[in-house]
Parts: sequence; C-alpha cells; structure tokens
Amino acid sequence: MGRQPVLTMTTISKTFPGVRALDSVDFRLFPGEIHALMGENGAGKSTLIKVLTGVYTADSGVVALDGQQVSFTGPMQARAAGVSTVYQEVNLCPNLSVAENIFIGREPRILGAINWRELRRRARALLARLELDIDVTAALGTCSLAVQQMVAIARAIDIQARVLILDEPTSSLDSSEVAQLFRIMRQLQNEGIAILFVTHFLDQVYEVADRITVLRNGRLVGEYPTAELPQLALVEKMIGKELDALERLDEQPKRELAAVEASTPLLEAAELGRKGSVAPFSMTIHAGEVVGLAGLLGSGRTEVARLLFGADRPDHGRITMDGSPAAIRTPIAAIARDIAFCSENRRIEGLVGELSVRENIMLAMQAARGWTRPIPRRRQDELVRKYIDALSIRPADPEMPVRNLSGGNQQKVVLARWLITEPRLLILDEPTRGIDIGAKAEIQRLVVELSDGGMAVLFISAELEEVLRLSHKVAVMRDRRMVTQLANDDTLDADRVMATIASGASS
Amino acid sequence: MSEVRTRLAAASGQRLFWPLVVLVVLIAANTAYRPSFVSIEVKDGHLYGSLVDIVRLSAPLILVALGMTLVIATGGIDLSVGSVCAIAGSMACLHISQAADQNSLSTLFTALGLALGLALVAGAWNGLLVSVIGIQPIIATLILMVAGRGLAQLITEGQIITINSDPYRVIGAGYWLTLPVAILIAIAVTLLIAVLTRRTALGLIIEAVGGNAEASRLAGIRARRITFLVYVIAGICAAVAGFMITADVSSAAGSTAGLWIELDAILAVVIGGTSLAGGRFSLSGTLIGALIIQTLTTTVYAMNISPQTSLLFKAVVVIVVCLIQAPAFRARFARRRPPATPTVAAAPQKEQVPA
Repeated sequence: MGRQPVLTMTTISKTFPGVRALDSVDFRLFPGEIHALMGENGAGKSTLIKVLTGVYTADSGVVALDGQQVSFTGPMQARAAGVSTVYQEVNLCPNLSVAENIFIGREPRILGAINWRELRRRARALLARLELDIDVTAALGTCSLAVQQMVAIARAIDIQARVLILDEPTSSLDSSEVAQLFRIMRQLQNEGIAILFVTHFLDQVYEVADRITVLRNGRLVGEYPTAELPQLALVEKMIGKELDALERLDEQPKRELAAVEASTPLLEAAELGRKGSVAPFSMTIHAGEVVGLAGLLGSGRTEVARLLFGADRPDHGRITMDGSPAAIRTPIAAIARDIAFCSENRRIEGLVGELSVRENIMLAMQAARGWTRPIPRRRQDELVRKYIDALSIRPADPEMPVRNLSGGNQQKVVLARWLITEPRLLILDEPTRGIDIGAKAEIQRLVVELSDGGMAVLFISAELEEVLRLSHKVAVMRDRRMVTQLANDDTLDADRVMATIASGASS
Repeated sequence: MSEVRTRLAAASGQRLFWPLVVLVVLIAANTAYRPSFVSIEVKDGHLYGSLVDIVRLSAPLILVALGMTLVIATGGIDLSVGSVCAIAGSMACLHISQAADQNSLSTLFTALGLALGLALVAGAWNGLLVSVIGIQPIIATLILMVAGRGLAQLITEGQIITINSDPYRVIGAGYWLTLPVAILIAIAVTLLIAVLTRRTALGLIIEAVGGNAEASRLAGIRARRITFLVYVIAGICAAVAGFMITADVSSAAGSTAGLWIELDAILAVVIGGTSLAGGRFSLSGTLIGALIIQTLTTTVYAMNISPQTSLLFKAVVVIVVCLIQAPAFRARFARRRPPATPTVAAAPQKEQVPA
C-alpha cells in the first residue's frame, strides 16, 4: 500500500462529562480499501466517526483529507467534501417517499422548483445500480428496515463520495441482503472509494475488510492487515483478555428436553394468531426452558413475541398459563402474569432516552406498582446498583441519561428493567444485535443462568449458532408462519435449521 | 479567577441558570430606572411594593402554567385553560350573585364547589378527547377553547356579573399574615403539585410517557390514565386561576376573563426549560418563567413604553430569552469567541476543502 492515505486522523481526543471517549487515537484510510473499525461497545468507534464527520468537535487532534487539514462543522459539510456516512440507526424520514429521501436537500430543480420527474428518474437509476427493485414513490416507512438501510446507502453513495462510512450497516440485514451489500461495497472499492466499515460480525470483517483498526476503551490498540490477524487474536485485542466464556457455555451439558418439559407448561399458546401479522401457531413454554425462535428477518419472529406479550392484540386463538386460560391483550396484563419483553428496537420501544439509567431501570416495576406507591429512593439505589454491577453496565453512573450509553449497555439497561420485576417468562427479541462479543457472551451466560434458576425464556435471534447454543427447543419461522418446532438434541445443527428455513418443511 | 470561571461554567449548565439571569436582569433594569422598585414596605399590616405586586399579579398565570407544564410534559398542550378560567370564574360569580347573602361562607363554598366541578368536567372532556379518542391535543383542546368561551358567555348571559362578596374578594385581593392571599394560594398549589409529582412516581411516569409513549406502554404504564389525569389537573388549576382573576375585580366577564392566558402559560413553560416535545419537566422553571412574563408586563407599564410598542417590546425580550436558552444558539455564539486554551485543531485557520 504505497499510496497516500485519503484520510488521516492524528492524536484525536474527546471527553464527555464523566467519560474519556477517545484518548489520542490515530487512524488512516487509503483509497480503494475496505477498513474495519473494531472494538467493544463504548470503545469509541461511534465517537471517532462523529468526530470525523463533524457531529462532534474533537478536544484535540488533527483530521486531514488528502493531506489538507479539515475541521467539519457538521455532516453536511463533511458530505460536501466527499465523506458520507450511513449510520447504524436509519436516519431518514419515514413519511417521505423513497426518492425524496434519497435526494433530500439536493433535489434537482428547474427555475427553483423541484423537478419531480428527474428526481424519480435518478432515484430509479440509482437503485437499479444497487439492483434494488423498489417503488421510489412509496413512503419509506412502508418499506422493511432492511430496505430502508439500502436506501440510506443509496443516498450516501449518490453524492460523489470518496470516503464512505458504514456504521453497523448489516445489523438489520439478512444474509442475502448482506451479500448484496458486500457486492456493492466491492464495486465502490474498485471505483477507488475508501470504505470505513463498522460491524460486530467478525465473519463479515474477514469476508470483506482489507485492514482492521482496533479500539479499546477509547484508545488505539493497533492497525493490522486482515490476513495477518487471526480471528481469535482480534477478539483478544478487542476485549483485552482471553475470552473463553462462549466455549465454556458450549461444553456445559444441556438438560434433556423431555426432562424440561415434564411439568405443566408455564404458557401454552393454542392457534394464537393475528391477521396480517402472523398465522395461527401453537407452542408451549415450560419453567426453566429456553425456546429459540429462528427464521429470517421479517419471518414473523417479532410478531410471535408481541402477541405473547400483548403488545399486539391477537384475533385468533387462546393463551393458557399454569393450566388456566389467560387473556393477555395488553402489556399490562402480560406483566401482571410475570411476562417480560425486551424489544429488538430498544431506541423506539425500549428506552426513554432523556431519563436516567436509574429511572429507565425502575420504570417497569414502578408502572406495576402504580404511581401512587413510589419505590423508596434507597430501595431504588440498591436495586439499580445491584444490576449495574451484575450486568456490568458502563459507565456505572445511575444518574446518566440513558441515551449517552452505547448500544450494548442500553440493551443491558432494558434487561435490568425486566430482571428486577422477577418475571417467570422472559422474551428476548434480538438481545445481542449490534452489541460486541464481550457483552454478547455475558447476555448468553445470563440466559443460561436464568433458565437454570427456573425462568422460562423465549430467545429470538438471527444468529443460528446463538439460538442453538442456548435453546432446548427451536421453533422455526418462515413467511409469518411457524413451520415446525425441533428438539435441540445432538442431531440438530445450523445446517438442518437452515434447510428447514429454506424449504419451509419440517424435516 | 479560573476557579470562578469554572464555577460559572458549571452553573450556566444548570437548567434554571439562564431564566434566573433574565429575571434578575429585568429586575435590575427596573431598579436602575426607578430605585424604589425593589423596596418593600409594610402599610396597614400588609406588604407593599412592586415586587409583591408582580408576584401577586402573576399568581393566576403561575397556576395555569403549572397545569400546562404537566400537560406539555406528556407531549400534549392545553389551549382551553383560558376559557376554563372564564367558565369557573363566571360560574362562581353567578352563584354568588344569585344568593340572598353574598357574604355567607356557605354560599362561597357552594360557588367554588360548583365551579370546580365544572372545571373538572372540562378537564375530563379534554382528557377524554386526547387519551381515549386519540385526537391530537392541539385540536382537541382548541374545541373547548372556542366552545368554552361561548359557554362562559352563556353563564353570564353576555353581561358582566358584578358581585359584592367580601369572602370571595379575599381570594384575589385579600391579605393574610401580611401577604396577599393570591400569593399564598399560588404557593400552596405549587407545593401541592410538587409533592404530587415528585413525592409519588407521577412525575417519573409523566416524563416517561412524554419521552417515549410506545416504550412506556410496553413497560406497562397506563399512559391513557396519566394523560387523562394531567388534563384534569390543568382544568382545576385554571379554575382556581379564574377565581383569582374574577375575585380581584369582584366581577366576571365571560368574554375577557383569562383571555390569552393559555399563550402566556405556554410561554412560561417554555421559558422555564420544559420542552414542547414532552419528557423532562421543571416546575421551578415554570415558576420563574411565569414571574419573568409578569415582570415584563409590569416593566412595560412602569417604563411608560407606549401601548403601541409594548407588545413588540415583550416579543423581543421573549425571543432573546428563548435564544439564550437554546443550546444550538449558544454553541454557535461560543464558537465565534476564541477558546480559552488553544488546541491543536483550532490553532491553524480552518481550511475549506473543495467538494
């Protein structure tokens, strides 16, 4: 790599109240490379990107584009200079059309008025380049999250970008969409665009990235060619210690399904369904049992969870708990029956961003007690302290607004909220999505502990390995229908689940 | 020196810092214009002075604004509070005017009870439209803002009801323990709402609903019930404000009592640092906001600013208050000034990069 870097960041430091987010970090990016930025939650990846694009101003350090020092005052200016970003959470307007979203702020104009025909034509052409077949006049909100992500990328690459930053672009995509994205990334790479790629999926890094920069606790660990850094070494550099927790989980013998299901089911759903959401399904969950829910994105996994929690009202079928009928039509009814639900969409359906960590953790318990019976402050502090320690939520400041926390720590806050209510059934929808491997191992270990302690867990994840590692039983979803339920014995592996998902038949 | 600066910087980060600064500046400006402005004296066992007047006159606004704070914290708004003031004031005055003995206490309490009951219904109506039927708050309360004004005029039959009731007059113009009763009532209601929201979990629940309604629902909060409740509280606060306004002049005019007070109340809430988007609210901020608005009104009169320009003057001050409170504006303003300690990034001039 004898060329000049297109982008260099030198000794960047950034401090937030109470957090040293970046400490003298160096970073460089060469034209035509895909460069993975790796690190655990809170390592400083997002902060580094925000400093680069001008969302934050660095306390010290130099950013240079083509050898010239730059200091962007905001994403618009960065974009004009050729640095485009696609963020982890889609930041587009769901009420506008796909075409409008792509061209917001730079619509083609005739005499000052927007040239709608040209705008739609260019949007179509751009999406054709990404081989996406979408109605450009449809409101973006009607598209799936994955399509919205693709539109965000289309928006970013339309501008004559020289540096493209993809912050967790794959966290909501299924495998074929990921492949499509990678094809586009390689195409852009050949055009000489430098791509900064942030992800938590290690396999994806090794599939596309040329080089890897690792951050840990706001410090630079190092910069490595991908070929010279084995996966295990990368994980060690990210965590700073050897991690064999996942391996240990694998070695633990799982209890037999028959033994787990010997008692009366804790919850039994009979022909439960909702039109336009998920076809009627039947399943049982026993105390101490982990039921995995596998399937592609949009296959109806989340919809099953929402029906069981009463977040959506079922229009078909019954739920029985402890052998007697249970009408669960609202979250309040579900919570009263000791069911807890961690949504996959923690920013919209989980947290109240401006409230503190403590307030977010106490919310469900307080809601169950009613507002007239406040939980004494001392008891709150005790509980919150206990769960901040138990789940190692960082920073360990109960009074910090929860929106200042990184994704993984936010996830732990939602978990803590439900754990203090001591539920009998815990529904986890993608609890490990978009969080780093250390936190992921902690959450998986927690699930095992909780189920050993008698809690029933419905575990939803796009990662089959994870589902197989934890579940006693795996329910497979396809096209909003529960196609089969498989006992997780020695004969079940990822390939067989994958084949079931693909064929839609119970094998 | 540097320690003072860091302390000042820490203080300016506090939410109430800027509203307090504005209030102090307003009072200082008045004092410079007329030094007797800050003097408070005791006459006939009552406290007298411009500052006492300001607090007394702002009492109705404080009450309305406190109710408005809770409504706004849930992400709503209540435009009907001015009309509810008029309805409650008119109802109370009507009942008293028809009584044989206008000075009897039982008449007074029946009048207040009737009027409060009416305000309760008004608040419940708003709450019903917003929380159960799901109409957007601005439209739902606009209905009662318009209709309520008409209702108040029906009660007064388009006339001004004049009453001659000493006990009722006390609410708006009386004194107790040297202090105006209106101020005492305002303090009592403020404390009551503070206890209601901060000693129970009501405040937290309101902030959760306003901050993220869907997340709150999934956490098991009965958001509808809470939304309903805050509109009822706002209605009751408005009724008490209506008593003060009509008692102060011993008469009720359905068309003018509490006219436009909802706008001043919204302004007070915003100046106090509660976001119109809902979520975190500050009762003390609202208190200061209401005092700023009343001080401003008094300033306009005291400084003999001509009636033609007084509204403009008020508007300019409000714009300034809102701007210095806006973090984005302050950040831009701060960026223009050279930083205290030059950093590596800031030392060379910024370079524009060709796109």
